Amino acid sequence: MATLNVLILVCLGYVVLLFGVAFAADRLAAAGKGAWLRSSLIYTLSLSIYCTAWTFYGAVGNAARSGLEFVTIYLGPTLVMISWWWGLRKLVRVGRSHRVTSIADLISSRYGKSNTLAICVTILAVLGGTPYIALQLQSITLSFSIFADADPSGLYREGSSVFWVAAGLAVFAILFGTRNLDANERHHGVVTAIALESVVKLFALLAVGAFVVWGVAGGVGPMMDRIDASEIGHWNVDTGRWTTFIFLSAAAFVCLPRMFQVMVVENTDEGHLRTAAWAFPLYLLLISLFVVPIAVVGLDIMPEGSNPDLFVLTVPLSQGNDWLAMLSFIGGFSSATSMVIVTAMALSTMVSNHVVMPIWLSTQGGSGSVSGDVRHIVLLARRISIAVIMALGFFYYRLSGGGAALASIGLIAFAGIAQILPALVGGLFWRGATRTGALAGLTVGFLLWIYTLLLPGMGGVLMPESVLHSGPFGLSWLRPQALFGIEGMDPMVHTVMWSLSLNTIAFCVASLLSFPSPLERLQAAQFVNVFDHSVAPRGWTGSVAQSEDLMIMTQRILGAGPAHEFFQAEAEKQGGRASLPEPTPAFLERLERELSGSVGAATAHAMIGQIVGGSSVSVEDLLAVADESAQLLEYSGQLEAKSAELTRTARQLREANTKLTQISEQKDSFLSQVSHELRTPMTSIRAFSEIMRDTDELSPEEQTRYAAIIHDEALRLTRLLDDLLDLSVLESGRVSLNVGDDTLRSVLDRAVSSTLAGTSKTLTVRRTKAAERIPLQTDLDRLGQVFINLISNALKYCDADEPELTISAHDVGGHVVIDFVDNGSGIPPGSRSVVFEKFARVGGDKAGGAGLGLAICREIMQRLGGEIMYLPGQGGAAFRVRLPLAYQQAAQ
Amino acid sequence: MSRKVLLIEDEPNIAEAIRFLLTREGWQVETHAEGADALQVIRVASPDLLILDVMLPGKSGMEILRDLRELEDMQGLPVLMLTARGQTRDREMAENAGVSRFMTKPFSNSEMLTAVRDLHAQATQS
Amino acid sequence: MSTHEDRPPSGARPSLFLERQSYRRRRLTDAARLLPFLGAALLAVPLLWPDDPNRQQAVPLSSAMFYIFACWVGLIVASLVFGFAARRMSAQDESKPGSDQWPR
Repeated sequence: MATLNVLILVCLGYVVLLFGVAFAADRLAAAGKGAWLRSSLIYTLSLSIYCTAWTFYGAVGNAARSGLEFVTIYLGPTLVMISWWWGLRKLVRVGRSHRVTSIADLISSRYGKSNTLAICVTILAVLGGTPYIALQLQSITLSFSIFADADPSGLYREGSSVFWVAAGLAVFAILFGTRNLDANERHHGVVTAIALESVVKLFALLAVGAFVVWGVAGGVGPMMDRIDASEIGHWNVDTGRWTTFIFLSAAAFVCLPRMFQVMVVENTDEGHLRTAAWAFPLYLLLISLFVVPIAVVGLDIMPEGSNPDLFVLTVPLSQGNDWLAMLSFIGGFSSATSMVIVTAMALSTMVSNHVVMPIWLSTQGGSGSVSGDVRHIVLLARRISIAVIMALGFFYYRLSGGGAALASIGLIAFAGIAQILPALVGGLFWRGATRTGALAGLTVGFLLWIYTLLLPGMGGVLMPESVLHSGPFGLSWLRPQALFGIEGMDPMVHTVMWSLSLNTIAFCVASLLSFPSPLERLQAAQFVNVFDHSVAPRGWTGSVAQSEDLMIMTQRILGAGPAHEFFQAEAEKQGGRASLPEPTPAFLERLERELSGSVGAATAHAMIGQIVGGSSVSVEDLLAVADESAQLLEYSGQLEAKSAELTRTARQLREANTKLTQISEQKDSFLSQVSHELRTPMTSIRAFSEIMRDTDELSPEEQTRYAAIIHDEALRLTRLLDDLLDLSVLESGRVSLNVGDDTLRSVLDRAVSSTLAGTSKTLTVRRTKAAERIPLQTDLDRLGQVFINLISNALKYCDADEPELTISAHDVGGHVVIDFVDNGSGIPPGSRSVVFEKFARVGGDKAGGAGLGLAICREIMQRLGGEIMYLPGQGGAAFRVRLPLAYQQAAQ
Repeated sequence: MSRKVLLIEDEPNIAEAIRFLLTREGWQVETHAEGADALQVIRVASPDLLILDVMLPGKSGMEILRDLRELEDMQGLPVLMLTARGQTRDREMAENAGVSRFMTKPFSNSEMLTAVRDLHAQATQS
Repeated sequence: MSTHEDRPPSGARPSLFLERQSYRRRRLTDAARLLPFLGAALLAVPLLWPDDPNRQQAVPLSSAMFYIFACWVGLIVASLVFGFAARRMSAQDESKPGSDQWPR
């Protein structure tokens, strides 16, 4: 017979092993190694915290009392698992993409981040979870007492052992559940330890079962005979309970906080569901396989009145198989501890996130200034929450006295937690579900559950017998276990039927009648259409791969150089083991800050979340991004204006280019013209100078004549060069004007006399000298140059028999207009437009000049702020000169 | 046998110099200063050699040459072209139009005379 | 010979092949959706069994166990098959970036 001391030693050894496993797994995960920690096998095994001590011990007890009814508790989850494709897959996708931390968070998030709902769910979960924890403590205590009864030393004291067990579990949960604050709320250490425990409990139960079938009954055949011959040997399951319990267990499987924790929160890869879909039902099947044989054999061989809940332990003991009993004890211990740890973790997350933190933040007065220190507060809140929840469980156990009342607590907790189901399923599949609806449904279901099941189950303390039997205030149709006068139902079935149906009706009706807030509607769309909105989160291929992704993204935003520098610096900060830093929270925070400088805080947050959390953008992120987009829109408006400006500039440039090309062509043609004008006199000069050099027999007349030609042509060249220089000075604008005062009359006098002097041709100049007494303030020499040009043109080109030039002047409001009209044939219409161009000459006579005269006139008049134009329809050639009376600098 | 040259040139001084030089070589020189009616003048004069300026009033030397080469009986007429513009493009155009010799002003007298002699020699040989 | 005729001409109309594949994928999903209903129906069968307190016609517990565990195993196998089919489907999706059943 194993002594209690050995038992305690084994227990402690087992706990130390769990600590070691959890610690090693955390270390491996932190180092980015141990991909098997995130395998689908670990995931499936971690789901088995569904099988608590209530399963381990209670299933056999249940089978001994009601036959096959116990199996409903495992058939429900099986149905849920095999419908993973449209059920759990969506739940997990939503949970992961919205970084949901608990079932309360999910419900609250779906219904517009309503904290009221979160608090409701949290209260419900704590109310349902506390007795459940007490149940686990009881099972451990009971199993201890079995060994203690057999131990003669009698040192065992029940109360203190329960306390130490509760304290130990609390320490474990605190150590591994709140060691760090992972953004994804994943705890590799705890999950791995749980997986180990689930192997242990399955192995223990299978071992006991095999021992019973082959060791006690003597094989499968005899076992079957024995089953049929036993007092539970026939199918006599209540149909209502059968259906209800399958449904209830299915609902609880999804809604239980601890199940949500391992199934959704700790999920690292959606693909794991594929494996779990068949592996977890298989696990449940194996767990259930030997339950009936153990129960039947226990009923057979154990003395009348022994507790069937402990057959798993007592049957091997009674057969003297101490080591098997020890294994069985460890299996039960495993079931209880794993459930308590995960429940405590899940509940503490809910309590701290939805109750403690909101209160703390509101006492801090404004959340804007809260910085990274919140992490400490959150961790502290969780640790205290775990301790408080464990203490609640402990006190519940002590107060309830650990009696048989606890046995039914498992189902009662199931029924309570199942009240979340309508809000959860409705939230996932019905866009019309609203916060009001969820609140109404939850409240109705919760109250009915308390009224019809929880209070009557707790005995006469909280609910008087009179109420139970004749209803409150004598209203018999309100009797807790026979609502609306429908009697004779099993209390469980009664509660589940009424609470869930009224819950659902309230949920639907209130949803239909209420109108959701915009945030709620956005969330609804995101949840219900999660497969349209989110990409399938990839499996975690290790954190270094994430760092690479982050690196690539950062390069795109910051540019390659700064990104490399930043990552290098971070890697060195972390110890410089690798070239890329590990994506620790601190690093991610700094990276986010770095990126937000470039792309805005919300976008940076969403981008990093996308890579690290495998999560999609939350609505708050979206709203913030929308704000940033508005700014971007404004910015793009500015860009558009700039782009229009650029287009304008480009057009101007194109125009300038065209102009330049034209100018270049003009320059070419000008040079060509200049070349022609220079070469022509040169040809004559060269030809005649060669003639005079080479020809001996030239007559003196010829010599004189040829020398005269050479002289004329040389003069022509000089004139041409003078004109060219003059024009280039005028065109370049570098000409300096000598502004002086005089009358128009004296300027014309000088021009006429200088032109007509020394010429053999005759030209009569007609003037009205009285009209010419106009005072001018301008460059008089330049103006005179224009007049000389015009008069000499008339002198040269006027083809009348008696050439006449009429010069008339008018004062036209600040301007003086002088017309030069001769009596010749004028300039042909086709040439009028080009007379002012350089080298433009009308008619065949070239001897007069290079054709630059009028071009120079035009330039001069522009400089003087006036103009020169050809006047058609005056009989002969007619030019009009117009200039301001007073020269203005601005005219330049 | 008298050799006849037709000189179409609008610069009177240049025309006079060429006339002087060619007369001394034994040429009979006719001059004309207009482009527009040049073809007719050529046909009437039917010279042994044509000296043609490019820049002419009315019609450019290039056009005259082009039109001239269109005429069947003018295919073999040697044409010496003179230009003051001196651009390679003009030389190409003139060669395409069927010029016999192309000279840029100002030219040396001996050069011009050699060209005239060569052209005449070629024309008489063929 | 008949196999040749049944098959669509290779390369001539590849779209038909793809359609057929995605069609099969949808039917597979349908099957996955129906599976839990089949399970529920199978597990409802015991409700029809006679519940006789005199234990004359009552179903023996061993037979009941056999039935329930057989159903259970059947459901597990079906789920296993679908799980592998789903894995193959998503593997095909990943190898074919063009077909975006699950983008990226």
